[in-house]
Amino acid sequence: MSQVSIRKVVKSYDGDVQAVKGIDLEIEDHEFVVLVGPSGCGKSTTLRMVAGLEEITDGEIWIGGDIVNDVPPRDRDIAMVFQNYALYPHMSVFDNMAFGLKLRKVPKPEIKQRVDEAARILDIGELLDRKPKALSGGQRQRVAMGRAIVRHPKVFLFDEPLSNLDAKLRVQMRTEIKKVHQTVNTTTVYVTHDQVEAMTLADRVVVMNQGVIEQVGPPQELYHNPGTRFVAGFIGSPAMNFLPCRVQNGAGGLTVRVGDSMVLPVPPARKERYASFKDREMILGLRPEHLYEYHDDSKPGVARVEAPADVVEPMGMETMVHFFVNGIPVCARVDPATHAVPGETLPLSADLNHMHLIEPETGRVV
Amino acid sequence: MSSATTTANAVAATRRRHTRSLASQRRWALYGSYAALVVFVIMFLIPPFYTVMTSLKTSAEISAQSGNPWFAHNPTLSNFIELIEMPDFQYFFMNSVMITVVTVVVSMVISVMAAFSLARMGFWGSSTLATGVFLTYLVPASLLFIPLFQILGFLGLINNVWCLALVYPTLAVPFCTWIMIGYFSSIPKELDEAALIDGAGYVQMLLKIFIPVAMPGIIAATIFAFTVSWGAFLYPMAYLYSMDQMVLTVGIISDLVRGDVFQWGKIMAASVLAAAPPVIIYAFLMDYYIAGLTSGATKG
Amino acid sequence: MADGTSVPIDAIATRRAPARRANAMQRFARRRSTIALLLALPLILLIAGLVVYPAIYAIYLSMLNKRMTHFVGLGNFAFLLKRHTFQLVIFQSCFFAVSAVILKAIIGFILAHLMHNIPSRNQRIWRGLLLVPWVIPLAMSTLGWWWLFDPSYSAFNWILNALGFQSVPWLGETWIARLCVVAVNVWFGTPFFMIMYLAALKSVPDQLYEAAAIDGAGAVQKLFFVTLPMMRNIIAITVLFSLIVTFADFDIVRILTAGGPQDTTHLFATYAFVVGIQSGDIPLGASVSLFMLPILAIAAFFVLRGVNRRSKEIAA
Repeated sequence: MSQVSIRKVVKSYDGDVQAVKGIDLEIEDHEFVVLVGPSGCGKSTTLRMVAGLEEITDGEIWIGGDIVNDVPPRDRDIAMVFQNYALYPHMSVFDNMAFGLKLRKVPKPEIKQRVDEAARILDIGELLDRKPKALSGGQRQRVAMGRAIVRHPKVFLFDEPLSNLDAKLRVQMRTEIKKVHQTVNTTTVYVTHDQVEAMTLADRVVVMNQGVIEQVGPPQELYHNPGTRFVAGFIGSPAMNFLPCRVQNGAGGLTVRVGDSMVLPVPPARKERYASFKDREMILGLRPEHLYEYHDDSKPGVARVEAPADVVEPMGMETMVHFFVNGIPVCARVDPATHAVPGETLPLSADLNHMHLIEPETGRVV
Repeated sequence: MSSATTTANAVAATRRRHTRSLASQRRWALYGSYAALVVFVIMFLIPPFYTVMTSLKTSAEISAQSGNPWFAHNPTLSNFIELIEMPDFQYFFMNSVMITVVTVVVSMVISVMAAFSLARMGFWGSSTLATGVFLTYLVPASLLFIPLFQILGFLGLINNVWCLALVYPTLAVPFCTWIMIGYFSSIPKELDEAALIDGAGYVQMLLKIFIPVAMPGIIAATIFAFTVSWGAFLYPMAYLYSMDQMVLTVGIISDLVRGDVFQWGKIMAASVLAAAPPVIIYAFLMDYYIAGLTSGATKG
Repeated sequence: MADGTSVPIDAIATRRAPARRANAMQRFARRRSTIALLLALPLILLIAGLVVYPAIYAIYLSMLNKRMTHFVGLGNFAFLLKRHTFQLVIFQSCFFAVSAVILKAIIGFILAHLMHNIPSRNQRIWRGLLLVPWVIPLAMSTLGWWWLFDPSYSAFNWILNALGFQSVPWLGETWIARLCVVAVNVWFGTPFFMIMYLAALKSVPDQLYEAAAIDGAGAVQKLFFVTLPMMRNIIAITVLFSLIVTFADFDIVRILTAGGPQDTTHLFATYAFVVGIQSGDIPLGASVSLFMLPILAIAAFFVLRGVNRRSKEIAA
């Protein structure tokens, strides 16, 4: 029984600055939930309120069927992994992991057994006698996780645990964290600003922005059906292209007109949905991966677009081409065997079956 | 072709000369630094050297005034042996040790607790108190020794060596607290939070996390408290007058300087013995102390 | 939870929880500041009882007559200012403190630079040797100086005589004695300046010097445009701090000259000792000490400002 419920939780500092503006979130038992958002969006504050390190201004937080608003962190039965590891520098790896158990007066043999088990899961058995100073960044990260695992807590909390690691190690530890979760299967709340981490780790991703939750959902759903312009722009890399446009009736039915020159047909499946926005100024959202080098395959909903390439960035397995449409920068993801040359016009296919139409006043994806 | 090679050679030669002169400039700067340091070290070491030399001379050799006074011609340890056998000197030494131990322990307990409270927990007015601690450190003993004389008089502690255990902490605690606040503040906040989540209370956090992690600071503060209470001069000078209540610093002067009869050999031997404990401690722990002292200046 | 009956009990328990726990949390928060206050309490008592109270008491004492029977207002201060001996004390204290601090600051700065020049693996041993004066308890080393200055046995005079010069009455003539007292203080205090400046020098990033060198700065320009601006605050803090300590010095003058010849080397502290403790005029002694207060307060104010600025610089 270790669900976490966050109900109408508000955090304000000095009475007026609201870091978290009344959020609701239900986290199921064994679930891996990732809070993601830009810095200052309130994700860390939310996590710290769950941990009991920040007081809750208003609302309720429940862990495993108990309201914990006023329970000190030590009694919440949670474990936390910090960004800078927060290992006790004067203790060996074993003592670091055993500290919480010793304070809880767990009998010695059991402590040993639990630490050994965690060390086996994390493959740090031979490091147990070392001091944190003698460990590499990745090893410290493992010890920090080990310290959480030995406690057998109701909930794991991770506060940007990978952001102090270099890029290669980060990918490796990401896999490691996922593996650990599959092994111990503890309810996990994970905070990061890295949307790739969020997508790869989470059962459900919670996108936060300016103290509110923008959208909650499984990674694929967030990617394919973002609810707001913020989510659409935040999830996916490189970010989605946004172009001001106008929905109009054209030759082949409903069209989207971008600027003066570009008129794109709305795919038949979306016609009904977009009909009510006719003759309104909207924003067209299209991911770079749905803007690729032109093939003459006349699929429905695919339109030919031409623009002069500005910058060409070969990445190996793909090539990014940047260009301008009405002075707005747009990115396309094309085949590495591209003929794109800066300054020359490149024919592209825009796959409008994956288009998003956003209401500019509300930022809602319609 | 030949002209081209000569020019090239010439260029190479000037470059070589240039680099050589740079290197030799550096070398001379280094030699100069060493030479100047040697001069300063000699000047700095003259008084201790002469003190040690005198302590090794007999009274006869000192008063004879024959030959070079800078060296002991017939070195002897008789001054030290006579001193150690003197009951007064034994009192002084034991009193100094006793008072120093008590002062160091009391000062460290007070300042570590207070520094933890001020650096990490905080209460109403705690930042004002931190500033106040620093100001207290700037209050010299010579400003307060007269009112303290009256206060100790009311308490009936004048000419009682234990009065020093009461007043010495005022010399040690402010700076020790200041050092410890610096060390405690440099411990990352996540470490407390990890300890809180691991289930530690504040007292456990202090004992099991903060004190071990801030050990270099504890050592620095302990040395400071030791130095202050071992070497203090004004308070014992003002408050003690019987031989059996005196500590080393004032005892040596009051006991061995009687009228015009100066037993210089013994005075110097006594000051060698009195200076030995701090010198030995510094020889081993100087790095900690300097780090503690300068961290305030370079780290804020 | 498996059987049906336990469910409602559970629900009731959780529903009642908020009220009960709120109290627990309040108690927890209150306990936190109570513990904090308790931990700081010994310090507060110490400062209040043995620093603040004596300081206020000193002001009260300074306004009594010698036998402490009645109140004389500022009479003691007025009396002191009229006395020639005390005017000499004021002069000598200022002369002593200012000249000693300036010399310590300059020599300390030179020493720090010399130390900075030599390879760091050798620095430890040289630093150890140079710190010796500062490590020996001041009262003990001053005894050694006293013996070096002894009128009939002075080892300095032996060297002078050997070189064909007259003996110097080191502590017997006013100005020579004043300079000797300053010299001993400089000898004792310079190492402190050296280690503070050395730490400051080491904290200046090498890139700044490299950037200055590439911009065409020579050694002198590096000193004036990089080193000194970067060290300005530490120099100020160290000088002011030393000014306080030197101004309030007692040990050197007490042991070396005891104020003589003819009370010309007395500092506030030694004079207060003679007047207050030796002659038993507590109120007058307290007044002598209190004359230090304005100068100390001004210096302390600037030290505090310097330290706060330094903390902000480092935080930024």
